[in-house]
Amino acid sequence: MRAPDTAPAAAPAASPFWTGFAATFRLEVAEAFRARWFAFYAAVFFGLVGLLLVFGLTESRVLGFTGLSRTLVTYIQLTMAILPVFILITTVRSLAGDREAGVFEYILGLPVGIGAWYAGRFLGRYLLASAPVVAALMAAVVYGVVRGVKVPWLELGFDIGLLLVMIFAFVGLGFLISALTRSVDTAQTLAFIIWLVLVLGLDLVLLGALIRSRLAIEGVVAIAMLNPLQVFRTGSMLLFDPQLVLLGPTAFTVFDIFGRAGFMVWSFVYPLVLGLLTAGAGWAIFRRGDLP
Amino acid sequence: MISLKGLTKSFGAARILNGIDLDVPVGQRIALIGSNGAGKTTLFRCLLGEYIHEGRVAIDGRDPRRDRTAVLRLVGFVPQIAPRLEMPVAALMRYVADVTGGRVEEMEAIAARMGLDVAPIRGRAFVKLSGGMKQKLLIAMALGRPTRLLILDEPAANLDPAARAVLFDLLAERPEVTMIISSHRIDEIAALVNRVIELEHGRVILDDTVSDAGALGSSFAIRLATARAEPSFARAAGEWGLTETEPGVWIGSIAGPDRLRFLGFVARHAGLVAGLSIDEETAAAGGGRDVVVTASR
Repeated sequence: MRAPDTAPAAAPAASPFWTGFAATFRLEVAEAFRARWFAFYAAVFFGLVGLLLVFGLTESRVLGFTGLSRTLVTYIQLTMAILPVFILITTVRSLAGDREAGVFEYILGLPVGIGAWYAGRFLGRYLLASAPVVAALMAAVVYGVVRGVKVPWLELGFDIGLLLVMIFAFVGLGFLISALTRSVDTAQTLAFIIWLVLVLGLDLVLLGALIRSRLAIEGVVAIAMLNPLQVFRTGSMLLFDPQLVLLGPTAFTVFDIFGRAGFMVWSFVYPLVLGLLTAGAGWAIFRRGDLP
Repeated sequence: MISLKGLTKSFGAARILNGIDLDVPVGQRIALIGSNGAGKTTLFRCLLGEYIHEGRVAIDGRDPRRDRTAVLRLVGFVPQIAPRLEMPVAALMRYVADVTGGRVEEMEAIAARMGLDVAPIRGRAFVKLSGGMKQKLLIAMALGRPTRLLILDEPAANLDPAARAVLFDLLAERPEVTMIISSHRIDEIAALVNRVIELEHGRVILDDTVSDAGALGSSFAIRLATARAEPSFARAAGEWGLTETEPGVWIGSIAGPDRLRFLGFVARHAGLVAGLSIDEETAAAGGGRDVVVTASR
């Protein structure tokens, strides 16, 4: 048998970046479909929607919400509680785990640009984190339509958008944590601490801090505005509850300062910028250090 | 092909590579040897552009870190420890083919020669394969595409004898490819290489170019002393044509091309060896000269 020609293969027709990016993206998705974390992750969100539907779509009224609006509000609130920590932990486990398992040594010994590889993994991970969450929600909508329930399309579209930008922010954070750490244990611990800090920075906890330590309202508002969880929480309720009576005083103050339209813009732009900045910082750290 | 100037790599206070200078011409085949922790894998990672380091590394005049895709397109790499890749075999092969510009069919053909039929395992996770299957697949993906430099870190470690033989045939079929092969069993790769580099504590302590022309026609007189009698050693020494002229002293002659393989045999019985001298016998006049090693304890 003849050995392959020793002349290096011609560069692919597409640019090396796009070739590496597309191949890495496909691989990330192919690998996830075999991974237990993805099956569990998808099962959680579909299970959540299933439970919400089982416990009554149209029959009950909770805090003034009925039908699909009620399902949507409950789903959004539950999602905010579990989605960020889920994304952070699975993302850092995947990346730091690959580093520990010698995957980086092998894959990054292939002619794929670091930028193409990083971008391919980021977008692959983003797609994987988003798809089950949105798909489960859409399943509820299809179920509601079949049952003849009125669908709150505007609220639905707005909240799906908010979900997508929040996922973007947390995938970016996950990539930054993975670039900063070299072991799964450290990465998971850091991810958990960050999530805990963000939860502690939510409106109701801030209220306590405000009362006890007499913090300046500007400081509390700034914390609320910079906490992606709080931004999502406030933003997701804007259309359902324009006066934000269901939320705490910080959200109300924020809403008062920025106005409804201003906060709607902020709730989309800020998580996107945060995701881009954290993913970008992760990329800058990663490419300057030892890869494996 | 490869140029290293003052290559130094540290992890914290630990200096793993310590100012390595090396030039490897095109087509040269290097056996990289050294004990665990000598710096072999770190050197490979620097060559692959995976580690930041002091000093300069150039492959074909280019920096593998800065010009990753261009440089690594020339390089086939087999790691010492198979990565724990969860992805299916087919997806992995597709990925390697996509980013290297190679063809999956070529890789499958190499795997088949090594005794691995890829078809039944395409859908299996790479990590679930046996150690030997992983190794064969990694070799197939490195050799089944056009390369000008092969970096092989213990490539035969998990292979059965038949697959090992095929691997060496495959490497021998690529005379124009530069190779750096790390192995603990120098005897296995001795026939393939024309240069031996030994690392210790991050420094090159042996850089021996094997002159094929000279080695082919040469022979070496051996005198080997053992500390005690050992039947397995006696059998192996007999296979090398050595005879025990007095208790614990073995005398004989070996062919020049076999000298590295012979050193591998000696290394495996290092616990028994009390003294060793190897003298070149081919000089027409003037008698022999010590050329390789004289050791005693």
